[in-house]
Amino acid sequence: MRYGDKLAVDALSLTVERGTITAVLGPNGAGKTTTLETCEGYRRAQAGTVRVLGLDPVRQRAALLPRIGVMLQSGGAWSGARAEEMLRHFARLHAHPQDVGLLMERLALHECGRTPYRRLSGGQQQRLGLALALIGRPELVFVDEPTAGMDPQIRRAVWELLEELRAAGATVVLTTHYLEEAERLADRVHILDRGRLVASGTPLELTRGGTVATIRIVVTQPFPEGAPAELVRALGDGTELTVLDPLSLQLSGPADSSTLATVASWCARHDVLPESLSLGQRNLEDVFLELTGRETL
Amino acid sequence: MTTFAPAPGAAPVARQLLAQAGMEARLMLRNGEQLLLAVVIPVIVLVGAVRGIERVGLDLDGRPIDVLTPGVLALAVMSTAFTSLAIATGFERRYGVLKRLGTAPLSRATLLGGKVLALLLVEVFQFVVIGGVGFALGWSGPSGLGGVLALVVAALFGTAAFASLGMLLAGSLRAEATLAAANLVYLLLLAGGAVILPASLYGGLGDVVRWLPSGALGEAVRSACDGAVAVRDLVVLLVWTVLGSALTARTFKWE
Repeated sequence: MRYGDKLAVDALSLTVERGTITAVLGPNGAGKTTTLETCEGYRRAQAGTVRVLGLDPVRQRAALLPRIGVMLQSGGAWSGARAEEMLRHFARLHAHPQDVGLLMERLALHECGRTPYRRLSGGQQQRLGLALALIGRPELVFVDEPTAGMDPQIRRAVWELLEELRAAGATVVLTTHYLEEAERLADRVHILDRGRLVASGTPLELTRGGTVATIRIVVTQPFPEGAPAELVRALGDGTELTVLDPLSLQLSGPADSSTLATVASWCARHDVLPESLSLGQRNLEDVFLELTGRETL
Repeated sequence: MTTFAPAPGAAPVARQLLAQAGMEARLMLRNGEQLLLAVVIPVIVLVGAVRGIERVGLDLDGRPIDVLTPGVLALAVMSTAFTSLAIATGFERRYGVLKRLGTAPLSRATLLGGKVLALLLVEVFQFVVIGGVGFALGWSGPSGLGGVLALVVAALFGTAAFASLGMLLAGSLRAEATLAAANLVYLLLLAGGAVILPASLYGGLGDVVRWLPSGALGEAVRSACDGAVAVRDLVVLLVWTVLGSALTARTFKWE
């Protein structure tokens, strides 16, 4: 897909399985929205094939639309229409709509049901957008940054809702900037960068990434002179040390089953009492940054 | 859990059409500016023109109220089908309403049908208010059932012509430009388009203004209230409809 001479999405190949949540991640301008809008039939793929539920999203749009729900990134309502009115209107366009009251309650929209769209807060407009995507009880839902600008409690409520949808058999495709959202929700994650697919897999597959681990140590008294350097030597080549402050440090590098024992014996030798000691695999954020470059965040 | 089980499907077209028409008509009648355009200005024009003509002593073919009420009914059709529709649709494009409606299982034909039905609903409301004021001022009303039917036909043809032109404007210009242009055209046609006053009063220009959709609609409504079907004027409106729809189909941008 090109806009003018800018290549937005190039040679992208991905498949979504039914009954799963798929997250499409990527920095701004990676081509997430273009990908979604191509699946929704708003844009015609300039090359290649797109099939959604087995249908061509442009040529068989009339057959596709009743089966999908689409949450746009923003806008899309008459400024004078009230939230509940808008939802009821969309319910009437579908054969077996979701209960309007239930959706409003689940998305905390009941207190602004009579508020005209132009006076809803950004978060309320987002939630109404999600409600409009779900009102027709679709089998496939496309959500473009569903929780952007939402406060944490509501974000959690949205996550639970999407998980319930999956449990009930619906398929969810979402784009997001929030890595924790993808990590928590998605069965599969696709990372896009500059219109290309740079990684695909389950969150676990992507974060396992082999043998790199991060160790954080926080102590009660400042580290003895030279002790941190000795720990790096004990852990071996490739270990990177970051002294965060006199009481805490972070190490990252290759890890195996003896790593923790090495750290423990170092503590005993230097009479260091860790207040906290954590050893973790990298998370999706590390993977994301590695693949898409740090300067973009 | 089961409440979220997928159950996709589009509602029957008739239900969608009524829902869309109801929603759009409600929004139009709730909007203060639209209401001003729909009934307040026509009623002011009617009352003002009747008083004004009595004072100026303009030579009319009949009592001023009998000539002016049909003209103001024609103006009402023009204000709703052209100006209100163009402005509303322009902002629907701007705010992405058309894009969002495009995600619902609502075909473009049903959406357009809903819009036309909404216009007709608003026009019924306008005709009741303006006709009521006309009767209060002594209007004798359309002559017989034939006159009422001819009036309905004239209103339908006028709505089709002006709606196709309104959509042409809304689909090609930005929302603000649509707002300005729709109001400007409305004012120009109100002043010199033979809507309110018969084309015969325009002297040599009378033959020209009857080719305008405003003049043709005005003449068609005036004839209808006299119990006649103005075939020539209806044909003019039909030509504008075909022209406007063809251009709209070519140029309309949904986003």
